[in-house]
Amino acid sequence: MNRSNPLVLGIETSCDETGIGIVRGTTLLSNTIASSMDEHARYGGVVPEVAARAHLEELVPAIRAATLEAGIRLDEIDAVAVTSGPGLAGALMVGVAAAKALALSLGKPIYAVNHLVGHVGADVLRMGATDTAEPLEYPTIALLVSGGHTSLLLVRDLVSDVELLGETIDDAAGEAFDKVARVLGLPYPGGPQIDRAALEGDPSAIRFPRGLSQTKDMAKHRYDFSFSGLKTSVARWVEQKRDAGETVPVADVAASFREAVVDILLTKAVAACVDLEVPRLLLGGGVIANARLRLVAEQRTDAAGIALRIPPLSLCTDNGAMIAALGAQLIMAGLEPSSMEFGADSTLPVSEIQV
Amino acid sequence: MLLAIDTSAGTSVALVDLDRGVIAHHETGDTMRHAEVIGRLIAACLSEADLPVAALSGVVGGMGPGPFTGLRVGIAAARVFALGAGVPFVPVVSHDAVAFGRYRDGHIGGLVVVTDARRREVNWSVYSGADAAGLPIRVAGPGVAKPAVLLEDDWDHAGVPRHDAATVSAADLGLVAELMWAHGHPFAGDEAIYLRSPDVTLSNGPKRVS
Ligand SMILES: [Zn+2]
Repeated sequence: MNRSNPLVLGIETSCDETGIGIVRGTTLLSNTIASSMDEHARYGGVVPEVAARAHLEELVPAIRAATLEAGIRLDEIDAVAVTSGPGLAGALMVGVAAAKALALSLGKPIYAVNHLVGHVGADVLRMGATDTAEPLEYPTIALLVSGGHTSLLLVRDLVSDVELLGETIDDAAGEAFDKVARVLGLPYPGGPQIDRAALEGDPSAIRFPRGLSQTKDMAKHRYDFSFSGLKTSVARWVEQKRDAGETVPVADVAASFREAVVDILLTKAVAACVDLEVPRLLLGGGVIANARLRLVAEQRTDAAGIALRIPPLSLCTDNGAMIAALGAQLIMAGLEPSSMEFGADSTLPVSEIQV
Repeated sequence: MLLAIDTSAGTSVALVDLDRGVIAHHETGDTMRHAEVIGRLIAACLSEADLPVAALSGVVGGMGPGPFTGLRVGIAAARVFALGAGVPFVPVVSHDAVAFGRYRDGHIGGLVVVTDARRREVNWSVYSGADAAGLPIRVAGPGVAKPAVLLEDDWDHAGVPRHDAATVSAADLGLVAELMWAHGHPFAGDEAIYLRSPDVTLSNGPKRVS
């Protein structure tokens, strides 16, 4: 195996994206994503069985497309990397089975990795020789926000030392966007819809509650998140307007709700940077596509003297390239492959970088 | 030589050949750990046969019916192994392997193959017998039903001898594929045989919170 610049194929199936990525060392060769999002739209959220069925159908075409795009043959790869968890169990299992079969059919080693650490690993990828961005420095705080997770991590070393500082105790932030979009009569997925509706709105029009931000909560949940109360509060506010026969100011509700989410996320992330004296913040996850979140992140980190890193958006949403990138990092760090016995672990702790 | 994989019940992996029969066969009846064991079972078959992957002429996948989550593990593995090995993927109905085994072991005439479908339902397929090649002739199914339905006198296939299978042998699955290939029978469709829609309810808009 080439340990200095390994060619790695990564498989990601933890939620509704079938992601196949191919990297050589830290260079991105292909990031192929087939999403079943449209199939979930009519249900207003990701349906695990629908997602798992879609993965089974998309895998082979996606692997083919990825190798074509990367301009490689499958038998050239040095290793296979795959998401073992966390995520939807049935969806993860499809990727785990496929990765094991691919590794065995090619006689190559397999690296089973943590999805959340994969989001951090996305940052090491470079688009080619002309992409000369500085490598990620450690330690860094990482804020990962999607429809499936909302986590705050302390990353001391990508391949050996990742600690969970906090996570959501109820809904993920992306889920809250979906649910509030439904309350406002907007289609799934809610994030882009709320973003669009909020354009004309006043973010300070309505003061929605910031979950787990009161002093009494901070002792136990300093870095945890909660969006369920916020979602209910928005729904109640909208119901009261409708019950009173008034028009719901959709733009103001969307902007005020979004502001509350962004405020909660960044207040806690910046607090972690300050408390732990880590002047670096990395963002990841699909919700990072939210323009307001990125803007406020820039303002708050600038004001606090924190360096902000945001990987390209195509590497922020769930994808196989970040899994391949993390696999390549493990190989380059000299770590041994995973044994063939690992399974899908829907609650894999973030401290388990490799399974 | 074919690699055959079935996870419609437990996890079963085999290497078979029309001339040499079953070359290697490893399986477990555990119905909960398909994703964990599939790699080890494939590796065990390959190392026992001591033949390169290049010696394969295809990879057979048991397409079900069976409980979804486990069933998909075998189909995903078989499809992707075929891709990696650069050989055709060969889909076969899992119940056909069970029926094939019964006829080979001496059963004559009609046969209902029944497997667990979870959620208090069963999967069933009906066969009229085996043809000259020894391949089972499926005349109805696969279907899914409440167990009581199969016991009713007016069920379409009432009175046909029934075989409840707790396992599906990948060796038999592979042999079915070899015989189908040799005798020019068409293979199964390339779709997983789920027989049930994903259980989801269409939302009627958000529920009130106050
Ligand atoms: Zn993710």
